[in-house]
Amino acid sequence: MEIKELKDIIECLLFFSDKPLGIDKLAKIIEINNCDQVEEAVEELKKEYEMRNSGLQVLNIAQGYQICTRSEFSSWVGKLYKSQTTFKLSLPALETLSIIAYKQPITRGEIEKIRGVDASCVLRTLLEKRLIRISGRKKVPGRPILYGTTQEFLRYFGLRDLSEIPSLEEIKPPVSG
Amino acid sequence: MDYRVRLEVFEGPLDSLLHLIKKNELDIFNIPIAQITADYLNYIKLFRRLNLDFAGEFLVIASTLIHIKSRMLLPSIETPEEEELEDPRAELAAKLMEYQKFKEAANILKERETIQRDIYGRLPMIPQDEDYTIEASLFDLLDAFQKLVLRAEKEVREIIQEDLRVEDRISEILNLLENKRFINFETIFSGQRTKRLLIVTFLALLELIRLRMVFARQAKPFGDIRIYRAKQELVAQG
Repeated sequence: MEIKELKDIIECLLFFSDKPLGIDKLAKIIEINNCDQVEEAVEELKKEYEMRNSGLQVLNIAQGYQICTRSEFSSWVGKLYKSQTTFKLSLPALETLSIIAYKQPITRGEIEKIRGVDASCVLRTLLEKRLIRISGRKKVPGRPILYGTTQEFLRYFGLRDLSEIPSLEEIKPPVSG
Repeated sequence: MDYRVRLEVFEGPLDSLLHLIKKNELDIFNIPIAQITADYLNYIKLFRRLNLDFAGEFLVIASTLIHIKSRMLLPSIETPEEEELEDPRAELAAKLMEYQKFKEAANILKERETIQRDIYGRLPMIPQDEDYTIEASLFDLLDAFQKLVLRAEKEVREIIQEDLRVEDRISEILNLLENKRFINFETIFSGQRTKRLLIVTFLALLELIRLRMVFARQAKPFGDIRIYRAKQELVAQG
């Protein structure tokens, strides 16, 4: 298959998909065994969008690719889809999410020990928003539920994968005083 | 009526402690424990006076502070060499340091959220049948049932001899599913006004699920529940 044709097919798929598509998935749909070839085509498509400098962009998020609007035009899209713009995470939710992201799989008790506050409400909200999932049960007495982050978490924060968030050692607490 | 305000200024007791330390330009690893304890207790008094609804966790930190303070004041019974090695404040300091890091990580996420909020991808389409793939747990069913019962409570009470046999309700549910692939959870209970009838119907539904004659499924966790008819051959086998 020529690279031009491959790019066109990928563009169609990325345009139509409501979630990021991974290289594996693209290769499977297009029935190509060579994943490198697919990746090369996607990356080229991504560059073309950048060069074209239009309202759309190809993003590499949540271990996949997706065609999204560019942030400069958010106010226009916001007028069309009001509902999408209203939701924002609270600080407790963000703190809890960051603890889960770094320490997963983690139990509710362990999260509460770090934050010093009850976490059950926040966890329920995060589960409903599909930002976290139940990843299993810890093999200790009581078999408490373990939580982990989801693909939706990566997508929501525009992350390619978990390695994109700085490690805990890299994070410097703000200098006090 | 009791008027209460949920404390929004601080995210929690550790947060308020961090605020005190920063405000007074203190070193986390060398907290003047007497001063901090006094300040912290003043906070709690203030919350009380403002009638703010503060959580018990604040008291936990307050008692931790008082405990550390007393340990530092009292002469130690243990051998002096052992005692010198361990600062009673170390554990709290480590906890605060860890919490501070996650607070900062949360800020990083918040920044990313702000950027990402301005970028739109295609919206997911309306859930299809195929999206109802999650088996609803007993707790999901109980949650859904509880909502119905709460609604029924306000109804007028009448003395009517009701048909309260689970077996009858089972066949009625199966009738509802006749020629349909699924019905909504609420549909099963529609027109049923008394709690007793609702309970009998719910038991009938649980029995059908146990017999694997129907399946309760959701599109997403905590989502609405659909009751699917098991495939014919499955029923025949059962």
